[in-house]
Parts: sequence; structure tokens; C-alpha cells
Amino acid sequence: MNGPARRWIAIGLVVALAWAVAYPLLLVAMESVRGPGGFTTDYFVRLFSEPREWQALWGSLWTSVASVMLAGLLGIPLAFLFEWCDFPGRRLLGAMVALPVVLPPLVGVIAFLFLYGETGFAARLVQTVLRLENPPWRLEGAWAILLVHAYSMYVYFYLLTRAGLARLDYAALEAAASLGAGRWRTLRRVTLPLLGPSLRGAALLTFMTALASFSAPYIFGGGFRVMTTQIVSTRLNGDYGMAMAQTVVLSLLALTGLWLIRDGDVSGAQSAGKGVAPGPRTIQSPALRLAATMGGWALGVLLLLPHATLLLLSFVPVGTWTVETLPPAYTLHNYIALVSEPERLRPLGNSLWMATLATLVALLLAMLAGILVVRRTDGWTRAAERLLSLPWLVPGTVFAVALATAFSIHAPWAGRVILVGTIWILPLAYVIRNLPIASRAVLAGFRGLDPALDEAAASLGAERWRTFREITVPLLRPALAAGATLAFVTALGDFVTSIILYTYDTRPLSLEILASLRQGDVGVASAYGVFLMALSALVFALGSERKVVIR
Amino acid sequence: MSYLRLEALSRRFSAVAGVFDLSLSVERGRTLALLGPSGSGKTTTLRLLGGFESLDGGRILVDGEDVAPLRPERRRFGMVFQHYALFPHLDVGENVAFGLASLGVRGVEAERRIAESLALVDLAGFERRMVGALSGGQQQRVALARALAPEPRILLLDEPLSNLDPALRERTRRELRALIRRIGITTVIVTHEQEDAFDLGDVVAVLRQGRLEQVGTPEELYQAPATSFVASFIGRASWLRGVRAGDRILVEGTEWRFGAGAGGGAPGEVRIMIRPEALRFAPVDPSGLSGTVTDRRFAGATAFFLIHTAGGQVVEISAPPSAAAVGDRVSLFPVGDPADTGAVMHCFPAESL
Repeated sequence: MNGPARRWIAIGLVVALAWAVAYPLLLVAMESVRGPGGFTTDYFVRLFSEPREWQALWGSLWTSVASVMLAGLLGIPLAFLFEWCDFPGRRLLGAMVALPVVLPPLVGVIAFLFLYGETGFAARLVQTVLRLENPPWRLEGAWAILLVHAYSMYVYFYLLTRAGLARLDYAALEAAASLGAGRWRTLRRVTLPLLGPSLRGAALLTFMTALASFSAPYIFGGGFRVMTTQIVSTRLNGDYGMAMAQTVVLSLLALTGLWLIRDGDVSGAQSAGKGVAPGPRTIQSPALRLAATMGGWALGVLLLLPHATLLLLSFVPVGTWTVETLPPAYTLHNYIALVSEPERLRPLGNSLWMATLATLVALLLAMLAGILVVRRTDGWTRAAERLLSLPWLVPGTVFAVALATAFSIHAPWAGRVILVGTIWILPLAYVIRNLPIASRAVLAGFRGLDPALDEAAASLGAERWRTFREITVPLLRPALAAGATLAFVTALGDFVTSIILYTYDTRPLSLEILASLRQGDVGVASAYGVFLMALSALVFALGSERKVVIR
Repeated sequence: MSYLRLEALSRRFSAVAGVFDLSLSVERGRTLALLGPSGSGKTTTLRLLGGFESLDGGRILVDGEDVAPLRPERRRFGMVFQHYALFPHLDVGENVAFGLASLGVRGVEAERRIAESLALVDLAGFERRMVGALSGGQQQRVALARALAPEPRILLLDEPLSNLDPALRERTRRELRALIRRIGITTVIVTHEQEDAFDLGDVVAVLRQGRLEQVGTPEELYQAPATSFVASFIGRASWLRGVRAGDRILVEGTEWRFGAGAGGGAPGEVRIMIRPEALRFAPVDPSGLSGTVTDRRFAGATAFFLIHTAGGQVVEISAPPSAAAVGDRVSLFPVGDPADTGAVMHCFPAESL
């Protein structure tokens, strides 16, 4: 591609992204101040004056902050334990600690429901052991949400802290020791500050995820309000203007969080130092060693319990499990129902084709952006890059509302067509949600390529297309695999945007799980959950192929 | 007419950065070394030749044909990159085959030429090794074999020795020179090391801030530097102020005779470049330039002495290590026949440098 062609393609990409990503958000902002008689601030006035509205706002804010703190308290010590100490089973457990990632949000939530809910295994066990009349607790309200968040989000802190520790400049630690600093002082004054970017990155990821969290508050919230669920219920009540105002406020909250933790490093890329990283130290004291081993395995079991619960329940026939601690009967019927009944098979097919399509389109756009952005930077390529990462900055609920708003009327002159109610709205939503994930991975891949490789290929007589095919794409494979894996798994398990945008014909897995659950069909809901979980794990396993070494 | 001609090449990044109006030529089978400090435009010149930078003006003629409008893949120039740019996902054989495939050479014929190229760089039988598993020196030779396999018209080498440790560097330089001579390929090499340039280049072009300072054989550059920049960039040199009158020169009241070819500088104030071997010590003698030894650096067969002159100047001299000690008062005299001093002393206008 030479100059002008490159420029026009960049402009085309920016226009397309602006239309699909920025324009719907702009429409929401406009709708939020548009009443029947023109401009109005009524919705915002109501939002800040009615207690249940600002309670939702406050709920979102404090649960997100609390989620960050809980996830950090769990994830950071775990990262240190697994990176610095050696005990039997360390490698296996270290991999298992990332398990919550393969659990799509809704699936994780229902697993928690079956495990720790008032009729779940844990509650039944306690009830049986203590011979109680009633279930010992109800899994509801803010603490239930926080429990789920802590379980699923500590992984961010765990993974980013480990990555940070692995790349730490150990010479600085050695220097601190040679200057007479004790272990504790070194940790506090040197190690943690050096980990700063990684920790801020993890805090940012957790905050944004917690703020956008929908499944946990939707299932466990009860009377407790947060913005995401509030928006959906306001829309259900037909109060569209109010929903727009709530959407705007939630976006602003996300952007404020982003701004406050802005120099967080999510990728974790910082220059590596030259000090020698100590290998994991074997714990010498037998007692401590036993404690670490036991603790580690207990943790492993705790982490696996939700997965095991789903698996177990997926074999339980409808209506056979009533008061017993463990289900009395098991069958394959739930799985057979999944594949033999066309109506039950359909959501599987829907989710598969929509997630596949959305992943492919997002990857293609990311590749296009990669080709345009990485070698040359100008206003257009910068704009394209910003637009690609925009969907990450705003919660899924916001995007779903924005798309529902933008594509519900036919006004081609304003760039609006009716997509809501068609089979195309969900794939479009998935593509947009996948753009940041795919482009982050693909652009990082492009940036990791040595530009001299392209030049070497050219000097050896290769045309651009051949260079792209034989050099660029093979070297990008790890990045493409990583981007595709995350994008596919996210789209496959999506619940947040689907619940707002789905149609009966394109209902995805997550909504079928919800429907089964509402009908009391726990076995089928679990079978779907197991399927999602297994497919996600399989895709992750395929995606993490052996990495090609890039200089 | 020369095989490779660069005619008024220009590439402007800014008023001071780039390449400005550079003209050079290389005979068929000879090697041109582009030598200069960082920012001198030598790498830009090489990239212009390779086609990786676009020209703002000028022509690049190969055997009379202007290749400037051609894209890199059409030029048939082989290039060895500074960090080699080997394809990490391909093995050694596939790396070498890459350029052959561009020419449509495949199958048995390709295998034969791959083996030939690898044998040329002493890596016979390395076809199925992965490039990541090779040492730096081996990677460099693979890069060379890959560039040579398609039989390019011109070979471009970007700092080919800069990534090697000193011991390997010396040997690789010798092998590289032998290989280039044996194949007889016209070569352009970029380096910031004078030793590499002198060893590998039949002709050396000294660049500074994107402009040509001087081009010539290594001997010409050393013995007759055209500018004070070349004089101080090539070889060791210290500088003295003096006054010139005809073939005589006055330094701090001491009179020296200068031969022909001792450089420019109209009568009047001049700056004199002094090679370490230009002056010798003598016991204190009023007819010599007098000073005090302030530093001595041992370097084996000789030592380098720093002398502060009575007039407050500093000059560096090489002499047998036992010739003087720190603190000695000494007198300095030119070595040898005054007619030959051009090689080791050189006058430049006082305002130069």
C-alpha cells in the first residue's frame, strides 16, 4: 500500500469505527437530555434527587471499590506465594489459580448459586450438620455480589502481579539489601513501588469489570441496587429517557475510574532489569511447608468447587433432588436433551456462529488497524486506535443500550438503520465488545515485529503480499491466537449485552441458561454451563500454543 | 563508468538530519565503506540504496540503469541487516531459500544453491537448524548466505560487525573480507569503526551531518585528510596552534620546517594536527618545544605521553615506554625528514573545527 491508498483505508476504518462505536454513545448522550418538548435536564435532576437512583449509583461505586480491595487482598499474596515459594504441587496449583477465567460470568454466578445459595450444597451441609430448621443463610445482597467478584476478579491481581514479579529488576532488590534494608522494608519501599504499574493495571481492570458487572447483581442483588441492573429494569419499565441518563452517568463513572487509575499498566510491559531473579525458594521449615501445601490444596479445592458443582448438577434429573445433601440420582438425560431437542440445540448453534463471526470480524479489523497503525502514525491512525479501545472504557450495558438506541429507527441519512430485532444486532454488539480485546493483542503483536524483517523480505525480492503471508502472519500467530481466544470466549459467554439485545431466534446460551433456571430446570442449565465452561477451556488450551520466539 | 553511482542523493529529515547532495561511485567488484559518527547519514544512505527510504532527489545508477524508482524487491540488492533480521519462524535452509523463491528457483536447484551458499559461509549442513539456536556469529553468516544466495548485483552490509564480541570481530572481519574478494561482489558497507572501514573498504567515504567530508583510500584519508574533521576522526591526533609562513611554522617560538602536502592554511594563524608518532622526545634543549610530561599510558610496545607545553597547550606523543616519566621536563622535535611531515602533521586554517 502506498501513501494515498493507505490514507484512504485509514479514513475508511475511522469512519466505520466512529459509526459503530462512537456514534451510538453520542446518540445516548443526546437522548438523555431530550424530552418531549426539546432540551431537558429532568432525567438528571430525577436521577440525583430520587433515593433509589442515587442509591444504585452509590452501590455501584462502593461495591466496585470494595471488589478492587478484596481482589487485591487475595490476588497479591497468592502471586507472591506462587512466584517466590516452592512447595509440592506448586506448578499445578499455580495454573489452577487462573481457573475462574474459564468461567463465563453468568455460569460462575449460577455455580455459586448452586454451591453457596440457600439451597446449595454448602448451605445444605451446614443445615444437616447443625440440624437447623431453615437454611443457615441467604446468598443475597451486596456481600453475595462481593463474594462472586472476589472469586472471579482476584485473578487479575494474581496474573498481573506474577507477571510484574517475573519482570522485576532484581538488581534493585539486591541493592536495597546491600544498603542494609531488611526484608520488610525492601518489600514496602522497593518491591511494591516497582510493581506499581502492574498493581494499578490490575486495580483498573478489576474496577472496570466490577463496575460493569451485571450477572452477579442481577441474580444475587435482591433489593440491592447497582447501575447496570438499574438501567435494564428502567428500560423494562419503559422509562427510556431515564435509562439514557443512567447510562450516561454509568459511563462517566467508568471514565472517572479510568482517569484516576490512568497510568495502570494492563499489558505489564515495562523494561526488564538485569538483576538475577531468584528461583522459587523451597520452604525450609517442615511445619510451614506442610501449611503451605495444605493451604494451597485447600485453595485449589475451593477454586474447583464451582466447576465441580456445575458438573455434578448437570447429571441430576429434574425434580429428584429435594432435601438430601447430595443429589440421589444421576442421568445423562440433560445432555441428551441438549442435543436431541432442536429448540435446546438452537442456542448452542446461535452462540457458536455469532461468537465465531464476531471474533473473525474483530480480528480482521484489528489486523487492518495493525497494518495501518504500527508503521505510520498520523491523526487518522491515532483516531482508529482510540476508537478500537473505546468499548473497553464503557460497561457492556452502556454499549447495549447505545446500540439499542442507535439501531432501532430507520433513518439512513443519519446513519441509522433498524437492526434491533434482526439477527444482526447481537453479532454487531459482540464485534464491538471484541474490538478492544482483539486489537490490543494484535497491535501488541505488530509492535513486537522487527520492522527489519519486512525490509529483509523485500530485499530478498518478496512482494508485499508474499511478505505478509509468509512472514507477518506466521509471526503474528501467537498474538492472533491470544486475541481470538479471549474474544471468542467473551462473546460465547456474553450475558450483559445479550439480555438487552437478543431476539428469540438468536437467543444465545446465556439467556437459555437463565430461562432453564427460571423454569427450575437446574440440570439443563448446568449442562449448558458445563458446555460453555468446557468449550472455553478447550479454546484457551488451543489458543496457548507454543510461542514462536520473536527477537 | 563505475558500476554503482550515487548521483546527488538527497533525503531530508530536517535541516540538519538526513543526506544532502551525496555523490559517490564504486567500481565493479570493489567495496565502498561509509564511515561516520552516529547521525552522519551513513545508515540513511544505505537504506536509500536498499530502497527502504524514499529519495527527495538524486539518482542511483547500477551499470547505467537508474534503480531509484524501483521498489526494494525489484532492485536485486542483497542486504545484511545490523541485527540480521533472520526470519525466526523459519530454519536456516528456509531463510536462505526465501530469496531464491522470489526468483522462481525451487526444488532440487534451490537445495543445491542453498547448500552452496551455506558452504560459502562455512555452515554446510546447517539447513535444518532453527535460527534462534545459533550463536551471534553463526546468525550473521546465515544472514550473509541468505543475502548472497539470489546472486544480488550489490551487497549492502549495515554495521556487520557491531554485534560481535571483540575476539570474534577480528576473525569475522578477515573472513568477510576474504569472502567479498572471492565472490567479487560490489559491496557497500556501513560502519562507525575506522578499523572496519579501513580493513574492508577499498574506498572509504567519511560522512558528517549527512554530507561527504572526503572519499579516498584509507592511506589517502590518513595521510592527507581534507578537513580537520577527517583528521581527528581518523586515527589519533592532538592539536597545536601556530603561525605559518611559507614552509616554516612557529609553535610557541619554536620553528619547524614543513614539507609539501602538509595541508592548507594560508600564511598566518593555523591549527596543526599532530599524530602521536610525529614528535620525539629530546633532553631539555632550547631549540625544541618544551613542556612537562603529565600523564603516561602504557600500551605494550609503546606508551602514550601527555605533554603540557610551556605555552599552555596539550599534545600527545607515542614513544618507547621508558622514554620519559610523569613530571619530567622534556623538549619535542619533529621525527624524520621535514619533507615527509605531511603524513603525521597537517595544517588547517585556524578557524576550522
